[in-house]
Amino acid sequence: MPERATSPRPPTSQESLDFAIGEHHAPLLGKHLLGLEGLSREQIQGVLDVARRMKDVSERPVKKVPTLRGKTVVCLFHEASTRTRSSFEIAAKRLSADTINVGGSGSSTTKGETLLDTALNLEAMRPDAIVVRHSESGACNFLARQVECPVINAGDGAHEHPSQGLLDLFTMQERLGSLEGLKVAIVGDLLHSRVVRSNLYGLRALGAEVHLCGPGTLISPWFESYGARLHRRIEPAIEGADVIMMLRIQRERQGTSTIPSLREYERFFGLSPARVGLAKPDVIIMHPGPMNRGVEISPEVADGPYSVILDQVTNGVAVRMALLYLLVARGSDAPRG
Amino acid sequence: MTTKTAPRRRLPRGYRIARNLLGPAELDAALGAMASEIRSRNPEPDQVALIGIRRGGVHLANRLAKLLAVAGREPPVGIVDITLYRDDLDRVGPNPIVGSTEIPFEIEGITVVLVDDVLYTGRTVRAALDALLDYGRPRGVQLAVLVDRGHRELPIQPDYAGLREATRPTDQVEVLLAEEGGDDTAVLLEREVAATPGGAHA
Amino acid sequence: MRLVVEGGLVIDPSSRLEEARDVVIEDGKVVALATPGEVRVADQRLDARGRWVLPGLVDMHVHLREPGEEHKETVASGTHAAAAGGVTTVACMANTIPVNDNAAVTDYILRKAKSEGLVNVLPIGAVTRGLKGEELADLGELAEAGCIAYSDDGQPVMNSRLARNALEYARSFERLVISHCEDRNLTRGGAMNEGDLSVKLGLGGMPSVAEDVMVARDIALGAYTGARIHIAHLSTAGAVEMVRRAKRSGVQVTAEATPHHFTLTEEAVGDYDTHAKMNPPLRSRRDREALLAGLADGTIDAIATDHAPHDATCKHIEFGLAAFGVVGLETVLPLTLDLVRKGVLSRTRAVELLGLGASRALGIAKGTLAVGADADLAIVDPDLEWVFQVDRMRSKSRNSPFTGYKLRGRAVTTVVSGRVVHDTARTQAREG
Ligand SMILES: [Zn+2]
Ligand SMILES: [Zn+2]
Repeated sequence: MPERATSPRPPTSQESLDFAIGEHHAPLLGKHLLGLEGLSREQIQGVLDVARRMKDVSERPVKKVPTLRGKTVVCLFHEASTRTRSSFEIAAKRLSADTINVGGSGSSTTKGETLLDTALNLEAMRPDAIVVRHSESGACNFLARQVECPVINAGDGAHEHPSQGLLDLFTMQERLGSLEGLKVAIVGDLLHSRVVRSNLYGLRALGAEVHLCGPGTLISPWFESYGARLHRRIEPAIEGADVIMMLRIQRERQGTSTIPSLREYERFFGLSPARVGLAKPDVIIMHPGPMNRGVEISPEVADGPYSVILDQVTNGVAVRMALLYLLVARGSDAPRG
Repeated sequence: MTTKTAPRRRLPRGYRIARNLLGPAELDAALGAMASEIRSRNPEPDQVALIGIRRGGVHLANRLAKLLAVAGREPPVGIVDITLYRDDLDRVGPNPIVGSTEIPFEIEGITVVLVDDVLYTGRTVRAALDALLDYGRPRGVQLAVLVDRGHRELPIQPDYAGLREATRPTDQVEVLLAEEGGDDTAVLLEREVAATPGGAHA
Repeated sequence: MRLVVEGGLVIDPSSRLEEARDVVIEDGKVVALATPGEVRVADQRLDARGRWVLPGLVDMHVHLREPGEEHKETVASGTHAAAAGGVTTVACMANTIPVNDNAAVTDYILRKAKSEGLVNVLPIGAVTRGLKGEELADLGELAEAGCIAYSDDGQPVMNSRLARNALEYARSFERLVISHCEDRNLTRGGAMNEGDLSVKLGLGGMPSVAEDVMVARDIALGAYTGARIHIAHLSTAGAVEMVRRAKRSGVQVTAEATPHHFTLTEEAVGDYDTHAKMNPPLRSRRDREALLAGLADGTIDAIATDHAPHDATCKHIEFGLAAFGVVGLETVLPLTLDLVRKGVLSRTRAVELLGLGASRALGIAKGTLAVGADADLAIVDPDLEWVFQVDRMRSKSRNSPFTGYKLRGRAVTTVVSGRVVHDTARTQAREG
């Protein structure tokens, strides 16, 4: 039986060795974090358990630990995202790392410099990790092949958003305990969503049942080959669900051939209080933000008692602290260039 | 898994038991002596709290609390985890298991007795002090260890020590407690002669 | 001047010959296929014993990039790569800068080919001015200037009326229209084949149906107009089946397939490898199997490389932003011979696909070693094992998905019009 996230793991014999011997710990994660695809249940749970401790730090009067003192974390954001960037930045600062932000208007990324040039230039400054947000799928995989320091994917195109996936899992476990056998419904623009991909891998690894739903133009039957159940209407997807996650619908899609209008989208795929009634009585409602109130989610639901949307934001910092700790505080067996 | 007969703690690779430092009765006596010293130096029992350093100090802090009980009232006991305060992450890498720090009381203005099993370089205690001070400003902090094995690298000395034992830097001291199963004991480990140089090295 | 290629196994699909012969060449033409040892007098002899002697390969789909993108390829470097691969004739696509949509550009290419080219270069003219798909280019002028066929390759002719008119108009000049079949509305934003892998990687999909609907349209236009039409780089099972049926019902349609499509599948994209990004994209295993069947049963007429050189600026970047295309001239022969070893194709059929098929489609007298034919040939060591290495490539560009592959079979000597343009013995001596 899987443990709940909140219960401490029993110590292993490995762990009980006195640290003065200087035993190296087997790394929980690889050198980079490019996605949740391929991570085992143990790895994901391991990160979530560390995040639990990081959340303790965030709840103390002194919200800072010296763990990454003297380390430098670069946030390279080729795509605007105040939310994710500040979450990573706070996480790094709470671990006492220095942070540098690159990206947005005015930086060289908008002056025709290639991603590779930018990354190589940043790397020459010897950062200890680069956190990358990029509009192209696979941009982080590409960078990881080129640079020496750890690359943390903060969202690449429609590929993955692993820290978001982990914070979603963390929030679900915090509220519901084990995810084994739980019904998690994710509704919206699946085709273009990196959040859905990371959640799908993470949820499947932790044993949840994943139900995906969206209009036919924004879903793909191939999600089923990664272990999801697919629905073209919202009702069967959310019926009896323990978790409903609504994805942001890009306003720009309105009037193209994908969705006729936001009004119609809201009517057939939006989460209204009445639809929440189809789910389990103690369902939790999630949204990766930023929300379109009144489109994919009604204001009553977003601000209602089932919503854990602000918990997601809080937990994002803890999860990102865990990732930075696990990837940046590397032993000498993982040399950096 | 034969949990009953399995060793409570795995012997580090390349080490063997040189001798027993403390048996059950001696360990008991050492703790008793430490408790009475703590009592005599801190006459106001309600102004003292014990905080064990995870993992070796946790059970010892609980034991001491029982010994310090006045009219059935034990001093409060907390746990401090130093993983995020260590200064050697570059060498050993991040521990994928971070323990919780549990201090369910205010430390502001009271005397905190930090408890650990073995005092060696002093770096663990340094980390624990840093962690502790992030939770408040105690009136004073004292240090209680079961075994002081010397070789300090920082200016840190115990206020209470159950046993002071001369060791070689290459030795290891392990304290095994009944809470983990078996009898109370403290042992000195030494490098096996055949141990390859640079095997398990600090 | 008499050149004799001695003792090789001559494989000539035009006469179904598969026998040891001495190929006697005078003044750039094949004058006799003699019994080995029969020819006593020669100015120059090439020892082909233990090797195959094939009509030089004809690649009807090559992007030479000159004029305009000489940093990626030139007529000189592209024909050098061709010669190294055993290819003696290349038809080069019109999407140069400027576009080959007028006689001046055609002239330029032909002059370059004459002065610097190692193999025969046959320019293909644009169907529409500037490849814009808006108005027909001066197809007559292009034919007169020396264009061998018409194609907007790189772009589909989306406008069906224009596509129909191109077929009708081109008939006056007896030139083939080559169609890049892709419904741009269906592929917009796509970077690889649509399927579970594209969904996993979060890359825009280019569905196979985008090719199928255009192949269906072009076959229908061909049937309706009675004009000949050639489908470039067939890549889907659906398209193969449509061409097969169309041929059976008498439509004048021909088709080509590329070595990368019949060798690889979309799995090659792996971890966003831009050397596996091309248009049409690498497809599924099922599509690949359909191509193999089509190559074997005659549905597909020719193997063409769609040799599309790109430099690192276009390829060493994010997958979605990278250019489409791979080079292929130097690997087409071993990859085709691989199908012979696997029993997919007979030797003669493979050789037919590498030369005669394209020649028939284009209406040129190549791909044969019949007496009187141009003396274009390749001496091939079918069992030579070699590793395809980037630093040994003759092409200016390095964008091959087969880099590091262990290949079997290689053109050791290439002859164009009786002149040796490539010889590994000599190159190796120079390289050594
Ligand atoms: Zn094309
Ligand atoms: Zn092409």
